[in-house]
Amino acid sequence: MTQSDSGPAKPGPSLWARVQSSAIEQLHIRLESLIVLLVLGAIMSVLSPYFLSVSNFMNIFLATATIGVLAIAATFILGSGGLDLSLGSVMGFAGVVGAWVAVTAGLPTGIAVIATIGAGALAGFVNGIIITRAFVPAFIVTLGMLGIARGLALVINNGAAIYGLPPAMVYLGQGRPMGIPMPVIIFIGTAIVMHILLAYTRYGRHTLAIGDSENAARTAGINVSRLRLSLYTLSGALAGLAGLIFATRVNAGDPTAGLTYELTAITAAIIGGTNLFGGRASILGTMIGALIMGVLQNGLNLLAVQSYYQQMAIGAVLILAVFIDQWQVRKESRV
Amino acid sequence: MTLLNITKVSKAFGPVSVLHGVDMSVDRGEVVGLVGDNGAGKSTLMKIVTGMYTADAGEITLDGQDILGNTPGERRRMGIEMIYQDLALARQQDVSANIFLGREPQKKVLGMNFVDKATMRREAQAMIDRLGARLPAINRPVGSFSGGQQQSVAIARALTFDPKLVIMDEPTAALAVREVQGVLDLIRQLKSEGIGVILISHRLNDVLSVTDRIVVLNHGRAAANLTTAETNMTEVVSAIVGGADMDHAAAHEARG
Repeated sequence: MTQSDSGPAKPGPSLWARVQSSAIEQLHIRLESLIVLLVLGAIMSVLSPYFLSVSNFMNIFLATATIGVLAIAATFILGSGGLDLSLGSVMGFAGVVGAWVAVTAGLPTGIAVIATIGAGALAGFVNGIIITRAFVPAFIVTLGMLGIARGLALVINNGAAIYGLPPAMVYLGQGRPMGIPMPVIIFIGTAIVMHILLAYTRYGRHTLAIGDSENAARTAGINVSRLRLSLYTLSGALAGLAGLIFATRVNAGDPTAGLTYELTAITAAIIGGTNLFGGRASILGTMIGALIMGVLQNGLNLLAVQSYYQQMAIGAVLILAVFIDQWQVRKESRV
Repeated sequence: MTLLNITKVSKAFGPVSVLHGVDMSVDRGEVVGLVGDNGAGKSTLMKIVTGMYTADAGEITLDGQDILGNTPGERRRMGIEMIYQDLALARQQDVSANIFLGREPQKKVLGMNFVDKATMRREAQAMIDRLGARLPAINRPVGSFSGGQQQSVAIARALTFDPKLVIMDEPTAALAVREVQGVLDLIRQLKSEGIGVILISHRLNDVLSVTDRIVVLNHGRAAANLTTAETNMTEVVSAIVGGADMDHAAAHEARG
């Protein structure tokens, strides 16, 4: 940057605007969500003496891991202009499949792990095929899958949970290498890989491009339906991974696991700055969004608020987040 | 030397027949105007050339090579670029993302391919500078730009990868007078570089001033193939409207 010393100093953008734009550019996050997280944390630590401790932070991360992985899936799908309402059901379905393979069929842990993630990927692939080949709207297809996957999860073991996973598998949910819970390690690892995929590869850029303007992507020679199919498959696989984390943590394939989790996952993605209508998304933002949901739930737990009210709070936060997003879009838009 | 050769191309959408065996060709360094009434089949024909639509019958060659079996992405790589009337930009993405969409330069890190953002930004800036376009910033979403600025981005996207043929669909329809001259100058520059240009436009004055030949489509047929130097407004309008009420229409166009 060179500046002539004779001319009058031009009024540059304000410091806040510059910090904001570099945060969006370099880190792909919205600063507002980070501030909300910090403020929420500050309020909680005032309200509850138990909040501000390493073990409680570990609890928050542990409780956020499942939702966080689902929220990463929601980020990709929303960013591509799609919608996946079946995340929670597919997660429950995949968990039961994994437990069935490991316990009922008695197959090795490695195969059970692959089966769990594979069951999720298969459900996502079916979503993707119907959306891209039969042209049924994603809202309808994934709403249908929400019912189908939940029903399948219940059918597999007549509605009962499958208990008693092998120790190697339980380690994935309850192990603590170096004191860090395995679900947290899986969650953070997944987030890093997915962040790189979204922000620094052609796959990620094309995902946002089809969410922004399918027409622009198509004229640029991008195979839109193949990309969408792969995205729904990826979303299902991540739901399967979330199912694996949950099942191994509670040591059971529970057919009711993940009920209404899609609500929290989509909320977390949107709080993190993902555009509900596609074209803009960030995994780091989603991480912050997921942690906001985690802190909210953890804080309400510590304050002994009934879980019914927590459900209401999550719903209200979703509407509020979309309201703020739309309000900002209207403010910034020229047309 | 023939660059693009379209032979007997037909296309129907369900029961509606849009193109009935259209012939057309473009040489290197030649500017061909493609004119016709709304619904004459201009955009459909061009979308068949770019691969957005498939042809029901006929043949299209680029440098003598049949291209109808190629995907839109492959045809772009072969050198066919189109600037769409609606510009086909991804409005939330920045300038360099739009220019390089589908062709992002990559660099290998640990054996994996990552998008080379620094190169993208540098080359996008160079292209914008070469076009003499004034944009607020290269890293802003293009949806925040004015219509003329967005047009510059769409043009930059078409010219960055050394095209052989550039198709422009109503590039001047939404522009101010000064910007129209910029686009016409650009077309002349492309011609001088040996690039073939197809210009779709309703503004016949622009077409007459910048093209070498004018192909008139009328109800899905190539109704006329006129050499611009030897024709005039009346003849072009007559071919467009098919003889009906042509003096009146020509007089209207001549008034501009």
